[in-house]
Amino acid sequence: MPISFESALGIHESALRVRGQRASILANNLANIDTPNFKARDLDFKQVLEQQKPTESHYFGTAVTNQRHIEVGDISNGDSELLYRTPQQPSIDGNTVEDQIEHAEYMKNALAFQTSFQFLNSKFQGLKSAIRGD
Amino acid sequence: MALGNIFDIAGTGMNAQSLRLNTTASNLANAQSANASIDQVYRSRQPVFAAIQNQAMRQTLDGNRAANESDASAGVQVLGIVESDTPLERRYEPTHPKADKEGYVYYPNVNVVEEMTNMISASRSFQMNVEVMNSAKQMVQRVLTLGQ
Repeated sequence: MPISFESALGIHESALRVRGQRASILANNLANIDTPNFKARDLDFKQVLEQQKPTESHYFGTAVTNQRHIEVGDISNGDSELLYRTPQQPSIDGNTVEDQIEHAEYMKNALAFQTSFQFLNSKFQGLKSAIRGD
Repeated sequence: MALGNIFDIAGTGMNAQSLRLNTTASNLANAQSANASIDQVYRSRQPVFAAIQNQAMRQTLDGNRAANESDASAGVQVLGIVESDTPLERRYEPTHPKADKEGYVYYPNVNVVEEMTNMISASRSFQMNVEVMNSAKQMVQRVLTLGQ
């Protein structure tokens, strides 16, 4: 029975990738903390991870027979998962970034990233010791 | 790669905040630069921030949309620096070397209290971007040890 990386590594690889993606979104919120009318964004981690699972509908796309056709691609395109945060204390300049909340989320995300990494790393170590056999 | 992106984003944030700190320093340094002519008086300068938008639409029309292109914007940019148009302060100082015939000079419209709060806010935001960059660095360094 061949070892497939997909089944050996499980969800951790996708989780690590989504964590990295989310970190960059949160970093963007923090960079725009003083930008008027900027709306803080975030992604629903559970929903995005759900879409990372390989399914039949993953390759559901439209046929492009003319160069002026617009390719629709997957049903799930990236931007639809990006949601807007509801501010607890709206500010006068229309900016919805809240320092403490974004910071806490960023730190939580960094820790979760480390956790996912640890899981992934131990999967690799397991594979390595299986290959060595000692 | 999403993690490499963070360095760019935090970099634009640090750049914008340091420019803001720069205008604050300039405003505070020139807070007492009086002049007789209303056109030559220093006016308070303020940077205008705006989010950098990714070219998401263009990619869609080209048909080569990247799968992970979900970040709608990528950092902050400084659109420009505007001079404040709040009224200048006219003071009667006949002994001032630059006083006009009636003995008046114009003082810049720099609000020192506002500038001090601007300074604190800018340095805090700068600090925060540095922290973001630091933890992104730790995340990347950790990934580099994968499989060891």
